[in-house]
Amino acid sequence: MESVLVAVGVVALVGLILGVLIGFAAKKFAVASDPRIEEVAELLPGANCGGCGYAGCGDLAKAIVTSGADPALCAVCSAENVAKICAVMGVEAGAKERKVAVVYCSGDRSHAKMIAQYNGLNDCRAAASLHGGGKGCRFGCIGLGSCARSCPFGAIEIRNGLAIVHPETCVGCGKCVDICPRKLIRLVPAVSKGHVYCNSLLKGPQKKKYCSIPCIACRKCVKAAPEVFNPQGFLVRAVKPELVDAELVKSAGCPTGALQTVEDHLALGQAAGKEKEGAA
Amino acid sequence: MISSIHPKRFTGGIHPQNEGKELSANEPLRVPPLLEKYTLPIHQNIGAPPKLIVKKGDEVRKGQCIAEADGFISVPLHAPTSGKIGDAVEIPGANGAAVPAIEILSDGADEWGVCLEPYPDWKNTDRDKLKKRIQEAGIVGMGGAAFPTHAKLSPPPEKIVDTLIVNAAECEPYLTADDRLLRDSAEKVLTGAAIAAKILKISRILVGIENNKPEAIEALSAVSEKFSAEIVPLHVRYPQGGEKQLIYALTGRKVVAGGLPMDVGCVVQNVGTLAAICEAVTEGHPLIERLVTVTGTPLVRPGNFVLRLGTPVGKALEFAGGIKGPVGKLILGGPMMGFAQSSLEVAVSKNTSGILLLAPEEVRQFEAGPCLSCGRCVDACPMRLLVSTLSKVCENERYDLAEENYVMSCLECGICTYVCPAGRPNVQHFRRAKAEINARRRKK
Amino acid sequence: MKREEGKVRLPPEGTLILSSSPHIRTEDSTRKVMLLVILTLIPAVLASVWFFGLHALRVVIYCMAFCALFEYLWCVLAKTKSTLSNLSALVTGLILALNVSPLTPWWLCLAGAFIAIVVAKQVFGGLGQNPFNPAAVARVAMLVGATGPMTTWMDPAPGAVFGLADKVDAVASATPLAAAKAVAGNAAEIAYYNSWDFLWNAFLGNVGGSLGETSALAILIGGIALIALRVIHCYIPLAIFVTITVFVWIVNLASPGLTPGPLFHLLTGGVMIGAFFMATDMVTSPVTHLGGVVFGIGIGVIVCVIRIWGSFPEGMSFAILIMNALVPLIDKMCYKRPFGWHPSSINILQPRRGEIK
Repeated sequence: MESVLVAVGVVALVGLILGVLIGFAAKKFAVASDPRIEEVAELLPGANCGGCGYAGCGDLAKAIVTSGADPALCAVCSAENVAKICAVMGVEAGAKERKVAVVYCSGDRSHAKMIAQYNGLNDCRAAASLHGGGKGCRFGCIGLGSCARSCPFGAIEIRNGLAIVHPETCVGCGKCVDICPRKLIRLVPAVSKGHVYCNSLLKGPQKKKYCSIPCIACRKCVKAAPEVFNPQGFLVRAVKPELVDAELVKSAGCPTGALQTVEDHLALGQAAGKEKEGAA
Repeated sequence: MISSIHPKRFTGGIHPQNEGKELSANEPLRVPPLLEKYTLPIHQNIGAPPKLIVKKGDEVRKGQCIAEADGFISVPLHAPTSGKIGDAVEIPGANGAAVPAIEILSDGADEWGVCLEPYPDWKNTDRDKLKKRIQEAGIVGMGGAAFPTHAKLSPPPEKIVDTLIVNAAECEPYLTADDRLLRDSAEKVLTGAAIAAKILKISRILVGIENNKPEAIEALSAVSEKFSAEIVPLHVRYPQGGEKQLIYALTGRKVVAGGLPMDVGCVVQNVGTLAAICEAVTEGHPLIERLVTVTGTPLVRPGNFVLRLGTPVGKALEFAGGIKGPVGKLILGGPMMGFAQSSLEVAVSKNTSGILLLAPEEVRQFEAGPCLSCGRCVDACPMRLLVSTLSKVCENERYDLAEENYVMSCLECGICTYVCPAGRPNVQHFRRAKAEINARRRKK
Repeated sequence: MKREEGKVRLPPEGTLILSSSPHIRTEDSTRKVMLLVILTLIPAVLASVWFFGLHALRVVIYCMAFCALFEYLWCVLAKTKSTLSNLSALVTGLILALNVSPLTPWWLCLAGAFIAIVVAKQVFGGLGQNPFNPAAVARVAMLVGATGPMTTWMDPAPGAVFGLADKVDAVASATPLAAAKAVAGNAAEIAYYNSWDFLWNAFLGNVGGSLGETSALAILIGGIALIALRVIHCYIPLAIFVTITVFVWIVNLASPGLTPGPLFHLLTGGVMIGAFFMATDMVTSPVTHLGGVVFGIGIGVIVCVIRIWGSFPEGMSFAILIMNALVPLIDKMCYKRPFGWHPSSINILQPRRGEIK
């Protein structure tokens, strides 16, 4: 019994001394930190995707508080939380526009022609320096899925040799934009309902050689909506993507199908994929 | 004369089972007929691309300068034949990226234009003049690197260079262009070496050559007395022709990682480059053609050809009689370090040493199986890298660990991949890692 | 140049294969390496059948079949491509079989195969990722978990299976190692194990023990073939043999009669099969030659310590497992710098640990 009491006493004493020491150290060597950093960090999503350009959510929180970074930098954060962060910081919350990533290519295996068989690393950046993995079009999607693997939210699917972004899952963090060696992926306003899914700067006939669904710069869409579409060389791009809707896509009547609605693009290769599943 | 130097043996290396040199080595050199059109890639050297000084429709003569050097690390480009300048086009380069090229429509006359002034009495010509001539003639390292030769022959004053090494090892399987060149014109090569030695103000010339080329060694030793060059027969061991390995074999000096051969007093020149120097100085001819081995089992008549720069690969294959069987791979360069091609439009350039076709059954595809850690790659790596570890960290994209494991020292010689029983694409892993690390360093 | 008109054919577009250099490769493959290991183990299997009859064959078939089964099942359940064709599971099964008694019941073989393939290999990520030799892990687990069946040995009956001798099927008391351990310290009894008569029988395999432990000769033939075929290097086995010889010799000098001589230790127990076929397992051994030597010395020392002073008569599997754990460290320690490496090149090409941000 005695030994038990001694043990209890010793432990209690050690605890007391250490407690005093720690308390003293905490007061004496305290690092002044802004409590708002923690508050902001809690409002951020905590996915640490790095889409804002900072090392993670904690880093962004620090930057917002100490160096006045824009709270809206976080693409993932809901508008509500951004507003809360702004309230914490005492700044005006700007209107935040949701953006999603779009892969500007429709050249899946059934549309784009391969000129060689690639055998090597399953990585777009490695294949890009090896004749683009054998795809005839040197602007199009290589389809080895580097973007899909880099996406922290699993929003990109590789279907039939083409990367397809699911806009409902995409939060617009922009990680895939940096990873794509072909610079095919861009962030566009989520309200946009259709895109010219082509990235090739070649002349029409050259594009046709390797792809059955390119933008051949026929300018039908430009005629339909000159304020929205703008030809840049041999490629038409939507300068006001937010104005593109299903109606406009339909009225433009793109002869090749490069200009298509987001829904149509999502359905690309769906049938082929299903067939494959059925076979397996 | 055959040197008494006992060549040192570098660690690692392999002796490929099938050398494939017999396909083309004993065929006499062939000069193909003139083509109607040449597609000349403009940027054929390391460093700044030359600036085009002609436009569509201009008449040019053979050997006329059509693009001027842009800076010191740059060389001009010359018309391979006489004719008209055609369209500016884009053709695939060796790695598949589109490169700008210019078409030259041959007029069939093949007339030399105003040539550079020859210096037959080069022994008494000013060294700077000779060096300038080498640049004017557009000469680059023809072994594969395409580094401007005049720059390589201009060591900074603080570096003391005492040895010129002639790289005649030609360790790549299948390639025999250097062998053929030495058999036919050893004197030209050694004259080029003597000119380079004069520019460097040195007298020691070592010729490193693998001992599987007895005819070339004989041809060299017949004329070597005149140039006081020492010929060192080397063991057949890939990569005997690697710059660092060759310097070590011949002199026992080790080039420090990240260093240059001139740090250890050596300058290494390929035999093709030296022959081009000789022609440029003694005859005043710029570099407009080169020896190319066109070989492979699917070809009807493999051999060595004198091909003008800008000859499309498809035409080169035609010169070799076309194919007689199915083809698995088309390779620019040798089988160990060359680049696989997807198109026949790619053109012969200054550093194209070979065009190789492999039959489908000769191509063993990568399977990317798991690494067994068998250590064969570690045994065989001529740079003594811990390849098995490196391959695994690169596979996981841990480029920081790759850097710690010295990935930047990798030669990309391909040995680790050659010996790998699991079929892992190690070289591609390392290329990607190096590109990624370089990109990160640039960003910093 | 002469050529027939219109007959020049060029490679058609779309059929060419694109890959990174090099474009030629050896004929070797994982499958071939594994096949060679199996082939070089055939003498050992034949020897065990000669001495233990169909019991031995039964165990070999059980272990190989169960290992293959578990490999297949794992691939099906994990929805990965079947890895059966690289034969690594069969090699594991065969080595496991050679590590157990000919009287091992089928259910123990099943458990061993499960431990070897699933626990020791696949859960770590499959072939190439396992830090420990699967067969050694399974053997140790079986030994600890089912000591009774695992230490039930039978006396050899050379040629009985071919009717050349009487069938005995007798349950033997102990392996020579266990027997020698039991009389440790008794110089007169120990001397028997140093007699040429006994050593010759141990060399041929005419002693009790597990399938592959008995015939040193058969393993030696296979091991030397494996080295001659350049599947393995000689460094690891040589280091093990030399270490054991030296260690036991010194112990014998220091206290005679404690344990039999070096030859006894080399020829009995699992030293031969362990040194040639288990320690040299590529995945779990160092990649550098120097590392192999260090690895072999470590195994030799641990085996001797366990055999002479430990509580088990045999320690080969334990020694291999302990050294397996040290392999990453050994590789790091024994790796020489790249060709031409010099302190001055640190900042140019090769930042040291911690220098990279």
